Amino acid sequence: MKLQPNEYARMVQRASPPSAVGRDCLWAFFVGGGICLLGEVLRQFFLRWYDAPMAGTLTSIALIFLSAVCTVAGWYQKLAAKAGAGTLVPITGFANSVVSPAVEFKAEGWVPGTGARIFAIAGPVIAYGTAASAAWGVLYWLLGKVG
Amino acid sequence: MNYLLAFAVGGALCVAGQLLIDYTSLTPARILTGYVVAGVVLSAAGLYRPLADLAGAGATVPLLGFGHLLAQGVRQAVDTCGLPGIFTGGLTAASGGIAASLVFALLGALVGKSRDQN
Repeated sequence: MKLQPNEYARMVQRASPPSAVGRDCLWAFFVGGGICLLGEVLRQFFLRWYDAPMAGTLTSIALIFLSAVCTVAGWYQKLAAKAGAGTLVPITGFANSVVSPAVEFKAEGWVPGTGARIFAIAGPVIAYGTAASAAWGVLYWLLGKVG
Repeated sequence: MNYLLAFAVGGALCVAGQLLIDYTSLTPARILTGYVVAGVVLSAAGLYRPLADLAGAGATVPLLGFGHLLAQGVRQAVDTCGLPGIFTGGLTAASGGIAASLVFALLGALVGKSRDQN
């Protein structure tokens, strides 16, 4: 039987269990919101000693550290199975995407395994983010020249 | 009050990501990349700064905030040193998060054992 890609997609959709979108969104909201709330608590704490940009950076570093600990312990993946985007979208999800392959691919060696796979998700994020910001920089520079 | 806003705005940005997961076939890597690029665009349009002022970590902790950081860094660097700033500003502003992720990942790989992902 020959199938068009869209026919196949429809068949997969019919065969897969219905995803409980509402439940997924509640989990994402409370877990994601909770991580941001923890971030705000940390930020207010760091703001006692540092200016706003440095307090923001320290907040990120603290959350990344906590995410790394939870990832190595195997807790972050367990939470992510329930919380979906609630654990993916915050910076802790980015950290998880870096730490998880670093540990996982140690078996393939420190350079070809850990060193290369560490960028599996962080690579595209950093590459496209940097390219977009450079494009914005050119535009901003031109606007400054004209205006 | 700002704690409540951080929770609500951060949660809402995660729900948007959950809807992308549930209703599209986008992979996590594509969603994260999309969030960062969207953050750059929203910041460039001047829309993200008011949200960050309002919601604090609720706006800066989701990956949109990472894009905002890149865009803000480029803008500041162009202000201070002109055109070369387009290359230096973004990663300088984002360096703390990137370096922390890499260093903690390598430390994690030193102490951690690979395990069943389920």
